[in-house]
Amino acid sequence: MVQWPTLYMFLQSMANAISIGSLYALVAIGYTMVYGILRLINFAHGDIFMMSMYFAFYLVAAFALPWYISFPLAILATGIMGIIVERSAYRPLRDAPRISLLISSIGVSYLFQNFAVVVFSGIQKQFPQVPFLQEMVVIGKVRIQVLTFVMPVVTAVFVAALLFLVNKTKVGMAMRASSKDFETSRLMGIDVNRIISVTFAVGSMLAALGAIMWGLKYPKIDPYVGSMPGLKCFIAAVIGGIGNINGAVVGAMLLGFIEIMIVLFLPALSAYKDAFAFVALIAILLFRPTGLLGEKKADKV
Amino acid sequence: MISIKDLVVNYGGIEAVKGISFDVPQGSIVTLIGANGAGKSTTLKAISGLVRPKSGSISFLDEDITNKDPVAIVAKGITMVPEGRKIFADLTVLENLKIGAYLRKDKLDEDIEWVYSIFPRLKERHWQLGGTLSGGEQQMLAVGRALMSKPKLMMMDEPSLGLAPLIVKDIFNVIKRINENGVTVLLIEQNANMALHISDTGYVLETGVITLSGPGEELLENAAVKEAYLGK
Repeated sequence: MVQWPTLYMFLQSMANAISIGSLYALVAIGYTMVYGILRLINFAHGDIFMMSMYFAFYLVAAFALPWYISFPLAILATGIMGIIVERSAYRPLRDAPRISLLISSIGVSYLFQNFAVVVFSGIQKQFPQVPFLQEMVVIGKVRIQVLTFVMPVVTAVFVAALLFLVNKTKVGMAMRASSKDFETSRLMGIDVNRIISVTFAVGSMLAALGAIMWGLKYPKIDPYVGSMPGLKCFIAAVIGGIGNINGAVVGAMLLGFIEIMIVLFLPALSAYKDAFAFVALIAILLFRPTGLLGEKKADKV
Repeated sequence: MISIKDLVVNYGGIEAVKGISFDVPQGSIVTLIGANGAGKSTTLKAISGLVRPKSGSISFLDEDITNKDPVAIVAKGITMVPEGRKIFADLTVLENLKIGAYLRKDKLDEDIEWVYSIFPRLKERHWQLGGTLSGGEQQMLAVGRALMSKPKLMMMDEPSLGLAPLIVKDIFNVIKRINENGVTVLLIEQNANMALHISDTGYVLETGVITLSGPGEELLENAAVKEAYLGK
């Protein structure tokens, strides 16, 4: 059943794995950041991803803006939307049991999907394309799209910026403090609600960036386009250890790699490609529930 | 400096504080002593804005702060060393100190050096994660962190809890030293002996009401206090 690929096919797949993995990473970071601060699995994250694709689509299609203006605007709009979602659906439940928050996030998810069906219609739309990213680079016998190179680079730049924000700035310090202890953070003078808003804005903007690159790679969009990437990136965050930004990147890369390599080495199973993410989820939950780089549970009293 | 009038606070479904009044004069050390559940921590939580009082008033430097939120209260110059220290385990010692000064916009170097001069151990370990410190060191860090906000009033919730007797002595010496530097201190303690020795004024809190008050040294001699809190 195993089919041995040629070296060229292997190299081509490696490039694909890295670029898909880096897409997953951008979205997985949003899950992990929100989980880190609110202990909430934000099921609406995949639909925020979807909404940002429509933002980018309409800014290009309806307002005829060039991509280099419309894409950043779409990312900004998604960040604002993330803040609005948090304020309206999660902040009122700050002192409620965590399960209420989870249910609220599922509600937001359905709200967005149905909103998109009604307002944007269920008919598939063509995501705007950027011509130079479609061009092929030929290295020997390996043919790779420019986009495939651009995606990991963009991801690397933004992940580095995020790590700087979280680890080296005052806001980042407040994020890390708030994610452990709201009450003590307040005693330090930290406006925890503001920090949570910043977290949602950053997570949503990274998801939008991922969504736009997703649209460039898979240009069909519909109201449910966020569901599968959303689930997979959630799985990537769990594999890496939810709550840990480095973990999200590692988990996402691993997931991208597994998916592409299964198609390459076991082409007979390629129809089940999406299922492997879930197999990986079950495996990690069975053998290492805190994920590869997960927080150690050290509840000291 | 801070004046509490007829404070009533509900906490955890019960009326934990049932109308207490007391004053903390500028430059003094005032202690509330009392058993578990007497309402000591709830009183401090109400002052720091974490819990809204049901009735009564809290005024600080002649300004009403009764229903202000914690951020505004920290900005006024009131800081708290919480019960159980509550240092940020995943932040380094230095970051823990910096976060204590979260609302400040000026240079921190001088104050960090000042905290290091009080607690040389923190300087040695400034790069370590807070969670790796021993209990006594964590308490030092919690006090240092509170000092970084340049407080006018420092409230401390059971600073001696869970610490070895020698370290408790150190901590109380430090409290005195900080007070001599001009910081007013409101202390709550179950370790009544130590606390009353350094206090200008003490109050005894029992099930939400103040039953006794007086200068620290006087309360140490009080028969009821001796029996209930000093184990004599």
